[in-house]
Amino acid sequence: MSKQAQHWEKTKGLLFVTLAIWFVFSIGIFFFGTEMEASSFKPFGYPLSYYMTCQGSLLAFVILNFWFAGRQEKIDEEFGFTEREDS
Amino acid sequence: MIKGKFIDNLPKVYGIYTGGFIGFIILMAIAEQMGMTAKAIGISFVVFTIAIYAIIGWLSRTLQMDAYYVAGRQVPTVFNGMATAADWMSGASFVAMAGGIYFKGYGYMALLVGWTGGYILVSTLLAPYLRKFGCYTVPDFVGTRYGGNAARLSAVLVLTVASFTYVTAQINATGTIASVALDIPFKLAVYVGLASILLCSMLGGMRAVTWTQVAQYIVLIIAYLLPVFWISSKMGAGFFPHLMLGDEVARIAELESQFGFVKNSAADLATVPKGLAGITKAHSSVNGTNWGFISLAICMMAGTASLPHVMMRYFTTPSVKSARRSVAWSLLFIFILYSTAPMLATLSKLSLIDPTLSTGIIGKSIAEVQAIDWYQNWNQANLMFVSDFNGNGTLELNEFFMGGKAVVLATPEIAGLPYVISGLVAAGGMAAAMSTADGLVLAIANALSHDLYYKIIDPKAEAAKRLIVARVLLVLIGFAGATIAAMGIQGILGSVIWAFDFAMSGLFFPLVLGVWWKRANGPGAVAGMLLGLGSGMAYLIWVRNGGSGFWGITQLTFGIVGSLVSLVAMVAVSLATKEPDARTQAMVDELRIPSGKSILGKQH
Repeated sequence: MSKQAQHWEKTKGLLFVTLAIWFVFSIGIFFFGTEMEASSFKPFGYPLSYYMTCQGSLLAFVILNFWFAGRQEKIDEEFGFTEREDS
Repeated sequence: MIKGKFIDNLPKVYGIYTGGFIGFIILMAIAEQMGMTAKAIGISFVVFTIAIYAIIGWLSRTLQMDAYYVAGRQVPTVFNGMATAADWMSGASFVAMAGGIYFKGYGYMALLVGWTGGYILVSTLLAPYLRKFGCYTVPDFVGTRYGGNAARLSAVLVLTVASFTYVTAQINATGTIASVALDIPFKLAVYVGLASILLCSMLGGMRAVTWTQVAQYIVLIIAYLLPVFWISSKMGAGFFPHLMLGDEVARIAELESQFGFVKNSAADLATVPKGLAGITKAHSSVNGTNWGFISLAICMMAGTASLPHVMMRYFTTPSVKSARRSVAWSLLFIFILYSTAPMLATLSKLSLIDPTLSTGIIGKSIAEVQAIDWYQNWNQANLMFVSDFNGNGTLELNEFFMGGKAVVLATPEIAGLPYVISGLVAAGGMAAAMSTADGLVLAIANALSHDLYYKIIDPKAEAAKRLIVARVLLVLIGFAGATIAAMGIQGILGSVIWAFDFAMSGLFFPLVLGVWWKRANGPGAVAGMLLGLGSGMAYLIWVRNGGSGFWGITQLTFGIVGSLVSLVAMVAVSLATKEPDARTQAMVDELRIPSGKSILGKQH
């Protein structure tokens, strides 16, 4: 497999992991709205369903985005596809 | 003037600017103590901030093609994040979002999840690859990747429909705020808003818009956060509301069950002024179906990834790597405001309905409420209304009505904050609406001038002529938007959501598959864009005219229908026609790695 094909395989792998986490926080947990509301786990005293919509999921996306950028940079470095800073 | 050195000095320049703005707020606070009238403070805030944006716009004037279209591709990561956040957070986010949460609770908060989750799609699927491509506009990518004028033209069509729907709402919002703050009629205020929008963008294109958007982000975030933290401390709810309002949320639920949601008769509701609503839904508990929540979130996420004014912000970064990082920064800056909106809604609602608080009005006598100063002000502005439906002389929960905008605009006054805060909020709302309108008008004008005029009509046009055409179109589109906004047909929020659905219907799959599926070809993309947009629009018209719809898809989520049709059409037609030529396939391979030259040249 060429270097470029390997790079793309790894990039796709990272994409699937990132989108899986994204799916959980944007869609998955909201299939369980009432269950989350009934949960005894109350972050900062908010009902869990309320907390996830107004802070939890949003924060997860912020962290996920920074993590994704870091991982992708590592993959690019590994195969020598990093841009030269002056280009 | 703004070159090289300016870029190196950005933190200092905007640091001084932020300090200056805070100084101005303090100055106004002192002036208020010395007897400056509320009206004069409001005017000072709006005029002062717009003057600054205009100066930045003028300093950023340019005759360079790549400065006009993509800000010279030298906007640093974090600053591009700020500019994108301002570009993104519209008048709707600033003025209407907290109100929506206040009235509709959990079901509405799907928008918060959708409008942030979409940025994962932007950074993983699209932004870095489109940056590598080196295009000026989104149709530029579509036209080059798929080849041919049909694809380019279809992309211009989808972009124009989606962005124009959006921009009228923003000009409407600038008009609303300008008319309140400057005390002029709405129809005139819309054109005042337009003039300020054009001041920022006309001379310097993307470069001017970038640097004004950074300035606007700073104003809008201070204007949004300061009152919320202040009110929270003043009410004794906690100095850091985001982590400390658990008891307040619980208290609202308790009051809701104590008062109950009494349903008003149709005859009673007919006496309530148009646009105002009562509290009829639970504040924090799950109040809708799971699918209703999820479908709305999906549409907003896919729409985020397809809206061209956001995507084109990532064309301005120096590298692919910084485009990717910049998406993460944008989301962080957006998160700061979005996570604050539900807190504002909570504080606003509790301060109004809790009878044990001095600001609470439920349970007071109607005559007493009608005598309150702030009630009279906002009643006059047509944003508040009480009526004694059951004739017992006391105000009940179901007898109090408010406009959605009042949550942001009136809460500081209700909570007893000095007027300087209300002036600040007006300036913030203006900044939010202007920055988004700027981005949108520029996206449309650039697509028409670059893709329609230069690439299709007159490929031999010289740089100077192209830039003149771009500016003429900018003014024309602004005027068209303002004229429609002045008619005041749609509300702010409804048309914003439609814009997301339109963009998602026509552009989501053609853009994503352009990067991720080599086999996608021109005929497939054209079919995907046109059938997607067409079917989405048809579904919207059908549901609007009393159609029953299917799968629980409403007029707010018609993008699901449009994008599914788009996907099926695009895959089917692509597979039925010839695969893309070797050159295009090589281009897609090149697109997928960050290093090396961009695919389109620096000047094209």
